[in-house]
Amino acid sequence: MIFDVDALLNSLPTMGWGMLGIFMVIGIIMLIIWILGKIFPVKKEDNKDKN
Amino acid sequence: MEQLFSNLLSIDWSTQWKMVIMWIIGGVLIYLAIKKDMEPALLLPMGFGAILVNLPFSGAVTQGAEEGPIDVLFNAGIANELFPLLLFIGIGAMIDFGPLLSNPKMMLFGAAAQFGIFFTLSLASFLGFEPKDAASIAIIGAADGPTSIFVSQFFKSNYVGPIIIAAYSYMALVPIIQPAVIKLCTTKKERLIRMPYRPKSVSKTTKIIFPIVITVVAGIFAPKSVALVGFLMFGNLIRECGVLNSLSESAQHELANLVTLLLGLTVSTKMQAEAFLSWNTLMIMGLGLIAFIFDTAGGVIFAKILNIFLKEKINPMVGAAGISAFPMSSRVVHKMGLEEDPQNFLLMHAAAANVAGQIASVVAGGLILTLVQV
Repeated sequence: MIFDVDALLNSLPTMGWGMLGIFMVIGIIMLIIWILGKIFPVKKEDNKDKN
Repeated sequence: MEQLFSNLLSIDWSTQWKMVIMWIIGGVLIYLAIKKDMEPALLLPMGFGAILVNLPFSGAVTQGAEEGPIDVLFNAGIANELFPLLLFIGIGAMIDFGPLLSNPKMMLFGAAAQFGIFFTLSLASFLGFEPKDAASIAIIGAADGPTSIFVSQFFKSNYVGPIIIAAYSYMALVPIIQPAVIKLCTTKKERLIRMPYRPKSVSKTTKIIFPIVITVVAGIFAPKSVALVGFLMFGNLIRECGVLNSLSESAQHELANLVTLLLGLTVSTKMQAEAFLSWNTLMIMGLGLIAFIFDTAGGVIFAKILNIFLKEKINPMVGAAGISAFPMSSRVVHKMGLEEDPQNFLLMHAAAANVAGQIASVVAGGLILTLVQV
């Protein structure tokens, strides 16, 4: 088995950017959900649909 | 008579013992599917396929110039990433994003619980796997079969077979893996935290616009994930639009079943003894387990960090449901909550984190495709 320390060090930025990227995208999605909730509040028909 | 047995007599069993091992592996997969009810829709066709492609001179796979039907299916449906995408339409049609839309902060757990993917990417690189293989192995941590197939096939990984087996096996083992990791990362006091459920109503318009907007956002930030996200969200749109109920039903049942059936059988072409039986397969199974463990730990520890700042505490077990294995993970968390306190109902919180994990795992797949240069 080979232990490739260089490859490990090279992959660390990918780990950092990956986690940062995923939190960024998820943050934006959360913001969109909040905005959608404000723009399109629940109407009476929606509640009727539920019933 | 001699002609009838010529095939049998021409087999050199001293070199074909690996095939016999593959029959045993196929038998074990079929046993797990039938007796233990572990992802039977996939493990059973895969188990049968493992036997089918490992018969001497099997006509199911390509032999010389003669193309085998399993290889034809592989080229038609997996090599071009078509089957996983079609399956995503069905999965999208099955998912109700309602609990998530009414409690969007649960999305954060979907992100945190992808930590195992990126941790495993580094670990696999350290163990000497090429970047394309390390990335493909890491995506086992997405806890999402179609994403694993899509990414490993995109990178043309040498280990598509073991990666898919690991992804589906560990998804089936979520009820065993997750409780152990959750207990290791939490105290009894933390597991007893109650979370009252106060759902906010979500308008029908929001539910319809949500899948469209998510597709656009994913397309802008992780363009390579747009096929995965887009097909998932298209499935969800036909569910939520309210005018395509028949298509939604077909996507959830007929389409998903048909693709699953073909997917399981077709994947077996990558389970031919010569390629499958290697030390690397064992390493991939180990790395897949590590990815699941660190996903779970990532979600739980993130919840514990959030609790430092929150007035109304979150039960850290909910963080573990941020992995994509839907709906097993949310059921596991709910059951663990009830075991600790029969009045603690965590299901809706866990379900929200779990569907967030579905979105986050696909986004993580797209980020891996973007960030890993091969």
